[in-house]
Amino acid sequence: MLAFVITTIVCFITYLLFTTGSGDIAGLWSIEELLIGLILSLITGFISQTVFVKDEDVRMANPLKWLLFLVYAIGPFFVSLAKANVDVAYRVITGKINPGIVKIHPNLKTDLSVTILANSITLTPGTLSVDIDEENNDLYIHWINVDEQAIKQTPIDCKYVCGSFPQWIRRIAE
Amino acid sequence: MITIITGIIYVLLGIGVFFNILASIGLLRFPDVYTRLHAGTKCTTFGSIFIIGSVIILGLRSWYFGDVNGSVLAIHSMGALLAILVTNPTGAHAIARAAHKSGVKPAQAVIDTLEKEDNS
Repeated sequence: MLAFVITTIVCFITYLLFTTGSGDIAGLWSIEELLIGLILSLITGFISQTVFVKDEDVRMANPLKWLLFLVYAIGPFFVSLAKANVDVAYRVITGKINPGIVKIHPNLKTDLSVTILANSITLTPGTLSVDIDEENNDLYIHWINVDEQAIKQTPIDCKYVCGSFPQWIRRIAE
Repeated sequence: MITIITGIIYVLLGIGVFFNILASIGLLRFPDVYTRLHAGTKCTTFGSIFIIGSVIILGLRSWYFGDVNGSVLAIHSMGALLAILVTNPTGAHAIARAAHKSGVKPAQAVIDTLEKEDNS
């Protein structure tokens, strides 16, 4: 039941966001859009509740987690993204590369957190996630400028390739 | 006021186009599929953030001056940005994984942990 309600609300909010400017209610919506949106959201919520909320796991419905995710996206993530681009720009112009594939053990448990980490890694300085070990969620990462210090041990320390991301993501998604 | 906002929009567009050009040059200059993906994902995502950011500001500006259709422009652009942020790294990951499975070796590699573990 809770899964159905959450899915319906998320659908309805999404529908409202994409139909602004259609009428006069609150200056943005028309009554037809509101009604149709509500009916469609109820149908969608009924069909896709088991896909959207897996195993009655409703922890991600907590607005605080979404706020934390927003802080993460605007703060450390965006700074790393900017650094990544200056770094790649430097390598595009000079052609200096020293690549290799390394393995890290981020110690995350849920699918969602591993997905966020892998995407964050791909978008941040000099790293690209290549493959995943699905048993213990180890990530294989293509690193454009391998640090000699880091590769002495396998799996290598997370701090070399993704900084404080695993801690952030553990707080957000686990 | 309008001139300042127009100036900001042009600056954002300029930054975005600069990074997208860098991505194209990177695609041509780098030696193998993995390093090309580095250029292709990071720079295009970053460039697109700025280009879409300028569109969002344009939409918010016309919304602020009374045109409700500006909200459509701004919100739909945010949807596009979200889609790019999610799909771009995921697609790069899929291409890199497929390349490694089909036996493409990283050029000039100093270490390849995945290769070692596949053979052992």
